[in-house]
Amino acid sequence: MATEKNLKHDELIHIGPEMAVAEADVMPVETGRFVHGTSLWRDAWRRLLKNKLAVVGLVVVVIVTISSIVGPTLIKRIFGFTPDYIPSHDPRLTQSFPPFTGPDGEFSWAHPMGTDNAGRDQLARVLQGGQISLFVGILSTFVSLLIGVSYGAIAGYVGGRVDNVMMRIVDVLYSLPYVIVVIVLLSMFRSQTPRGQLILLFIAIGSVSWLTMARIVRGQVLSLKNQEFVLAARATGVSNTRIIFRHLVPNTLGPLIVYATLTIPQIMLTEAFLSFLGFGVQAPLASWGSLASDGIQNIAIFPWQLIFPGVTMALTLFSLNFLGDGLRDALDPQMRRV
Amino acid sequence: MLRFIVRRLLVTIPTILVVISITWVLIKLAPGNFYSGEKPLPAAVEKIIREKYGLDKPWYQQYGKTMWSIVRHLDFGTSLRYQGQSVNTIIKRSLPVSAAVGLLAYLLALIVGITVGSIAALKQNSKWDYGSMALAMLGISVPNFVLGPILVLIFSLELYWLPPSRWGGFPSLNLVLPVLTLSAIYMAYIARLTRAGMLEVLRSDYIRTARAKGLSERDVVIRHALRGGLMPVISYTGPALAFLLTGTVVVERIFALPGLGNYFIQASLNRDEPLIIGIVAFIAITLLLMNLLVDIAYAYLDPRVRYQ
Repeated sequence: MATEKNLKHDELIHIGPEMAVAEADVMPVETGRFVHGTSLWRDAWRRLLKNKLAVVGLVVVVIVTISSIVGPTLIKRIFGFTPDYIPSHDPRLTQSFPPFTGPDGEFSWAHPMGTDNAGRDQLARVLQGGQISLFVGILSTFVSLLIGVSYGAIAGYVGGRVDNVMMRIVDVLYSLPYVIVVIVLLSMFRSQTPRGQLILLFIAIGSVSWLTMARIVRGQVLSLKNQEFVLAARATGVSNTRIIFRHLVPNTLGPLIVYATLTIPQIMLTEAFLSFLGFGVQAPLASWGSLASDGIQNIAIFPWQLIFPGVTMALTLFSLNFLGDGLRDALDPQMRRV
Repeated sequence: MLRFIVRRLLVTIPTILVVISITWVLIKLAPGNFYSGEKPLPAAVEKIIREKYGLDKPWYQQYGKTMWSIVRHLDFGTSLRYQGQSVNTIIKRSLPVSAAVGLLAYLLALIVGITVGSIAALKQNSKWDYGSMALAMLGISVPNFVLGPILVLIFSLELYWLPPSRWGGFPSLNLVLPVLTLSAIYMAYIARLTRAGMLEVLRSDYIRTARAKGLSERDVVIRHALRGGLMPVISYTGPALAFLLTGTVVVERIFALPGLGNYFIQASLNRDEPLIIGIVAFIAITLLLMNLLVDIAYAYLDPRVRYQ
């Protein structure tokens, strides 16, 4: 199966159409001489589109991402509110009012999610929080991909004692209460600027979330490294680094994409958890976690301050999880049968 | 088996020392000091404080002294903020709170999760299956700091059924909301794991044999399928405990419970160095011992697992 997907068009001719047609997903083109293979990716995409929940998840994720990116600017253009805009002239404006209500208690379109304690538009804050939450989730996942893939691929490819030592280290790190250590790190090195704290957050989360990634890649590489195409590459004098990153890693992409999709919500949850406790994103920046943390202070009087960021976050995580599950079913046909 | 346990314990001890050392280094590397506040202290005062806490000595002596008293007497020193209270007393006092909430939450999650997961697997592709799995996905996606306040809002502030926060002793209504909040995500995970495990087992040959020899469906499920189907759940217990420990941090914050997690956050914010090290060490020890227990339980339940 693994070698099948590496075949190019011209290679298929050598095999002959009969064999290729035997594969259910390959269809003959009208000339009859060439067979047109459905690539693994297109095939997976088709399977993903059949999964309604995953499609809904994908749509929601795209909508939330786009509105987080353009939303704050759009709101500023239309209403003149920014996430940190505090109207100073009218004292009535510097307080919290419910969704769809103006400062005079009448119905108004100005604040669909209400305002926070200082009278800042909650919708703008939630969208800006989304920017940071998604940014942290995606970038930290990328960092953990980078570390995890290199680490796992090297351990798996080199094998032997090196592999043993490297995986032992992962085992030990696995058993550490890492969130606790991260809290110590973040509270001790508390940065003076919100931007600095954000960078610290990236480093802290990214450096601990690569462990599972490393294990997955190692497992894949172990099963791949004795196949003929690696032997062929080695025989033609390709260097080890090149074999690892050009030949082995691309073959592990399927499980990696699935796992990365499922890592993003986990990291967003960790970020929110840290921000909720006051160790993560700092004002005037906001994330869904820090907004929820602000909101919980006034839950009895102004419940919308917690509910909107909280529900937006839950909805996004829900969609990402469904998308990840759908991707797993689409990219991993063996899991599909279960 | 005994050799395996001994070997694992031998690995565990250095691991705990590494955790303590990492924490110690982080604290020492961080800029500032626990006594430094907004205004700089007069030099004379600072000198006395540094002498009192042994900060005037070189770092290796400080490190050696801390580690020695931990290794030798399991003594983590005295808290810097809670005057006159040793770290050990604080841990001893706050542990029952965290343990009560955490264990109840885990028990609840196990009971509900396994029941729901098995039903979903037995009635695969029915509306029960889809409904409970959608609910489980919701449980995984709603952060506990959102779920907790919403439960408070509904059950305490609207319906006046349950107390919203504070510790009220062991069997008390105050426990209901924290336990529910904490267990939701594990319930969801366990339900999903049970379903997947059961689906796999229900297709296996030994279940077919059990059915073929005429066992009732109830016996097949309870005596044969569950035992195999629960293996993923048991291996999840280790990581679950780690999450449970961090989860209690949030839940104790939300519900103002005087547990380990709350003390830990306070200690981190106050830079109460001995208390931070004490709680980190305690959590690391619990976690590692629990992981060991899980591995042992695994070997007993699954005769195919052999430890060298």
